[in-house]
Amino acid sequence: MRRAELVTAVVFALLSVYLMWKSAELPVGWIPKKGPAGGAFPFWLSAGMLGCSVWIFVRALAGATPESRSQDPFMDQGTIKLLAMAGGSLLAALLIITWLGFYVAIPFLFVFWVRLVGKRSWATTLSLAVIVPVATFFFFEIGMRILLPKGITEPLFYPLYQAFL
Amino acid sequence: MDILAHLAGGFATSFEPLNLSLLVLGCTVGLFVGALPGLGSVNGVAILLPVTFFVPPTGAIIFLAAIYYGAMFGGAISSIMLGIPGASTAVATTFDGRPLAMKGEAHRALVAAAMASFVGGTISVVLFTLFAPPLAEFALKFGPAENFALMVVAFATFIGLSGDDIPKTILSILFGLILSAVGLDIISGQPRLIFFELPGFYKGISFIVLAIGIYGIGEILWTLDTNKGKVEIAQHRVGFRNVIAAVIELRSTWRTMGLCSLLGYFVGILPAAGATPGSLMAYGMAKSMSRNSKNYGKGEINGVVAPEAANNAASTGSMLPMLTLGIPGSPTTAILLGGMIIWGLEPGPLLFITNEEFIWGLISSLYSANLITLLINLAFIPLFIWVLRTPFAILAPVIFVLSLVGGYAPENSMHDVWLILIFGIAGYLLRKLNYPMAPAVLAIVLGPLAEKYFRQAMIISHGDPLTFVERPISAIFIAVAAVLICFPVYSALRSRQRASAQG
Repeated sequence: MRRAELVTAVVFALLSVYLMWKSAELPVGWIPKKGPAGGAFPFWLSAGMLGCSVWIFVRALAGATPESRSQDPFMDQGTIKLLAMAGGSLLAALLIITWLGFYVAIPFLFVFWVRLVGKRSWATTLSLAVIVPVATFFFFEIGMRILLPKGITEPLFYPLYQAFL
Repeated sequence: MDILAHLAGGFATSFEPLNLSLLVLGCTVGLFVGALPGLGSVNGVAILLPVTFFVPPTGAIIFLAAIYYGAMFGGAISSIMLGIPGASTAVATTFDGRPLAMKGEAHRALVAAAMASFVGGTISVVLFTLFAPPLAEFALKFGPAENFALMVVAFATFIGLSGDDIPKTILSILFGLILSAVGLDIISGQPRLIFFELPGFYKGISFIVLAIGIYGIGEILWTLDTNKGKVEIAQHRVGFRNVIAAVIELRSTWRTMGLCSLLGYFVGILPAAGATPGSLMAYGMAKSMSRNSKNYGKGEINGVVAPEAANNAASTGSMLPMLTLGIPGSPTTAILLGGMIIWGLEPGPLLFITNEEFIWGLISSLYSANLITLLINLAFIPLFIWVLRTPFAILAPVIFVLSLVGGYAPENSMHDVWLILIFGIAGYLLRKLNYPMAPAVLAIVLGPLAEKYFRQAMIISHGDPLTFVERPISAIFIAVAAVLICFPVYSALRSRQRASAQG
């Protein structure tokens, strides 16, 4: 935990420096009679963030926060596994959305979580994997007129558009 | 007496069969739109605005205002049941509503949210009807300097009163402000902070992306971590009696309800602020005034009541400048204003003379919208409790799907969905290290406004930053902010003094 606290402060410090550099693409100074230039607001906020990162780092070194005194590991084996499962399934879902669209990604998430992780019956899994995308389609695409990305499955939806839109 | 006569006429209008059914429909739609993460009142109102061209203006505005109201109630439902704010206005409701639900007391939180919303809504409509004009006049004297100073107060509230680690709170605020600066510079129009030259950053980063990331994906990761995916959400039965008991319990919160309604209403009137900062400020106020402020964040009923009373009150408040002066107090009222122009009405004070039926029909419909939404909301509580009985293996993908779809829908952008994943994972890791996340969300909402007001004030004062302390109202706000920021230092010194006195 202590190491994570220190590393996070360093990461934030580096991020602040990057943000300062990125903001400096625009003028960051003070234009007389007009006030701050376009990049000034993010630049000085990033500078403040850098200050805070240093402050957090110093406090962590001194052991001023409970996290910096804790000897517990930041993440144990079980947490890492769960995080990998959740993060991995979401990453896969996003890639599927880009390639095959939302209406493949939604059933994928349900099969993964309900069947593989939750070990529920195929009946529960499949009914959810069918009902949720259908409900999503009718609410968002038909009701709210928000078309969700469908990737290469788009042509399959043409008859549905014709029938409902 | 004049007002009563107007109101009576208004009720006659809003109880016409068409208007009444539009009102009930609007409340129901609003509840669901508000409860859906990613879609708030503003999306519901924007998307359904074209539908209203089929009905007369009075019916149309009643319908849209009912959605606005319903969404304010509905936002609390997903805050409590899923831990995801249905809209930014319900962010503060997660702080205590979620812990209550996790303790198996979701019905207490839901009833408290519904009743507080009702009380906040009703108090604010009464104020709207009676005392609104002078208040609006005062708030409208504010220039950019005063508006900026007011935002400083909102941030100072977090530093001074949240009780979180101070450098981490400030860092969270600054990071949120920087995220809000992404996109096109508001004055010169130049692109800035276009990370890796990705075109998706040109439109900026919406608060909803950060909020869904942190409170949607991040929340599920957090729950998986703390429960190790095994513990199911507490079984909980709720009957009619539980609801009655929960209503009776709320007697102890009348003071919070009243004060936060007033605060929310006033904040809502200001074009700068609105329901989100109003609810966060109300939460901060309730916490700092409470004798058991330690319980806040762990399932304190007042912590649910405060933001819910305030956000409903603020939504009424934000209608005031929209109706009386033609200046919208929130994004949702901005769309309502646009609608009024399309319906052929000219917004502004003249409406009170030329379109009495429209104005008073709307005002009276706000009274009944409150009551109707309360009844629908309470009636559906068992349904919402049922959501929590769902096993986590089913709830997790449902929330993932809602987060992904909800993140995509407002801007039709996959770029935003990727950001949600990044913010979700980062937010979860930072939460493990006790970095507070709410200040970042507040900052990303207020950031663009704060920068705009600051730079407008600078242009007006020819670049003289002393304008913030030379203008009396702004000076008062700055002084309040300074006191708030110094408060933790003062209390730390005092507790040290006390310790040494005892030692």
